[in-house]
Amino acid sequence: MNRKQKHMLALISILALTFGIVPNVNAMHIMEGYLPGGYCIAWGVLCIPFLAAGFLSIRKTLNEHRNLITLLAMSGAFVFVISSLKIPSVTGSCSHMTGTGLGAILFGPSAVSILGLIVLVFQAILLAHGGLTTIGANTFSMAIAGPFLTYAIYKLCQKCKLNKRISVFLAATLGDLFTYCITAVQMAIAHHTDTTITGAMGKFLMVFAPTQIPLAIIEGILTVLIVIGLETYAKPELRAIGFLKEGK
Amino acid sequence: MKKKVILLLILVVLIAFIPLFALKEAEFGGSDDAGSQVVEEVDSGYEPIAEPILEKLLGHELPGEVESLLFCIQSSIGVGIIAFFMGRFVERKKLGKGE
Repeated sequence: MNRKQKHMLALISILALTFGIVPNVNAMHIMEGYLPGGYCIAWGVLCIPFLAAGFLSIRKTLNEHRNLITLLAMSGAFVFVISSLKIPSVTGSCSHMTGTGLGAILFGPSAVSILGLIVLVFQAILLAHGGLTTIGANTFSMAIAGPFLTYAIYKLCQKCKLNKRISVFLAATLGDLFTYCITAVQMAIAHHTDTTITGAMGKFLMVFAPTQIPLAIIEGILTVLIVIGLETYAKPELRAIGFLKEGK
Repeated sequence: MKKKVILLLILVVLIAFIPLFALKEAEFGGSDDAGSQVVEEVDSGYEPIAEPILEKLLGHELPGEVESLLFCIQSSIGVGIIAFFMGRFVERKKLGKGE
């Protein structure tokens, strides 16, 4: 076992340990039935162009580089793993991360919308987590808004010539946080009869944001770790996708 | 590099578990529940228009144990895929085919 393999093993065992211990509770996403019909449809329709773009973008990537299907599968799997981990937070309630940052950085934001949708459908049907009626809104926040912000921040950091790992960290962290801000906004738009829309937004943000901040940091770190792993072992793929520059 | 990775992992575990020990009284419910409470506050007349499909079929809430099973399945699918491809990448590098 060389050093690199050793630390991969350490990484995997600690991840496995984390899954084993995390207590089982309900967590985020807009709950089934918690958006009125009109909003469900509106958010759903809003997602369609992004999903279409995502489908085309994935097809294009795979047509050009067939072997990138491995990286794509890993990005999807990363979303699967990360979004199933519900982690206790400083506010005394639990929430989970989105995991969409990795895919957004590697494949671009629209491709992730498809991956995110798959996870949300799985959770909505089997886990009573999120919901089929709110799937449009949840897709928009977790699989579209978050990844787009992640991508934008990553590109911005690249422009500023920031260290690659710091860029990845910032992008993934802020993208995760943004997902929950969007969720708060979505809830506030639908529910503000007893107060003003901004008042409701503040209240929802107060519930979601503080819980999410530490988790967003964890997501950032985990994304950086998997990027380090990929940089070590999957150079050809990362080069094909443009994440690593040629001849470096 | 190795040190950095290990440090980061320790950091992750600390962030994740310190709240559990620091806030002994908290019940660590989901922020879903907190979300429904806020809806109660700002929109008291609202009734959820649907209930989760599995709960409807079962007629009651999914038992906690079964729910944790399903969450485990979700993460194990993910870990399986990641570990499989990572293993292939590692082997490929070892054989000198991927630089």
